[in-house]
Amino acid sequence: MTTTKSVSIEADKNVPLVRITRDFASTPAQLFRAHTERGLFAQWAGPDGMDNRIDYWDARTGGSWRYVARRDGQEFAFHGSFHEISPERLVQTFTYEGVPDGVALETLWFEDLGGGRTRLHAQSLVDSFEARDAFLGSGMEVGIEQGYAKLDELLASGDV
Amino acid sequence: MADQLSQVFAALADPTRRDLVARLTDGDATVGELAEPYAVSVQAVSKHLKVLEQAGLVSRSGGTHRSPVHLEAQVFDLATAWLERYRRQAEARYRRLDAVLAALTDDAGTAGAHTTESRESA
Repeated sequence: MTTTKSVSIEADKNVPLVRITRDFASTPAQLFRAHTERGLFAQWAGPDGMDNRIDYWDARTGGSWRYVARRDGQEFAFHGSFHEISPERLVQTFTYEGVPDGVALETLWFEDLGGGRTRLHAQSLVDSFEARDAFLGSGMEVGIEQGYAKLDELLASGDV
Repeated sequence: MADQLSQVFAALADPTRRDLVARLTDGDATVGELAEPYAVSVQAVSKHLKVLEQAGLVSRSGGTHRSPVHLEAQVFDLATAWLERYRRQAEARYRRLDAVLAALTDDAGTAGAHTTESRESA
């Protein structure tokens, strides 16, 4: 029971949008750095248990980025553009190259809570509910077994 | 198993079917009642219900148009489970970000320690 549910996530009912909030023990300026500095970003981005290699990274308005996450010889590549880089908010596009036609529009901003704490707001807009559900449902294999185990249970219970 | 889940997602990808599901959260309704607000035939609504039924999202106690359609709410717990899984992944990522930020804070702390030192030496 030590699991802290600190990430709050919400799937909008009317538009294919996912909203995430998460509090950090840092300043907005530090969060901004962790999202825009190549060396810092590589340390935490991507799925769990992966090594990230940044292919290119030009964190300014109109710039672009690409990185490759690797695990057990498997590679997952992501790319996008930085539409707006400012201390107030970051706006960028995000494509998982495994689904090259799919693109999400991501907007992030950092709310200063005072006392050295900051709330990260991240929202991701995709082009259809189907894409949103696939986005939520995929997660690139990590934990997919848990999802299936739950489904197995559900089907085994005979309730479906 | 994966096919069942794909069916659920595919069934909910259609706006009319999402609307039907939303209305069934208020309670059971017959096909005729469900078709009422739409400019489409009862047959068209029946077709949508069939897709929802095959995905396990709704059930009908009888085969006639007067049989009430029932929302299988527990299937949405499954969708919630997937959301929870996504949330956990985000949490794992942000814990790594916590560590990155803590290192940045340590840098600031080192600067603070220098200040303390200079105070001590003063």
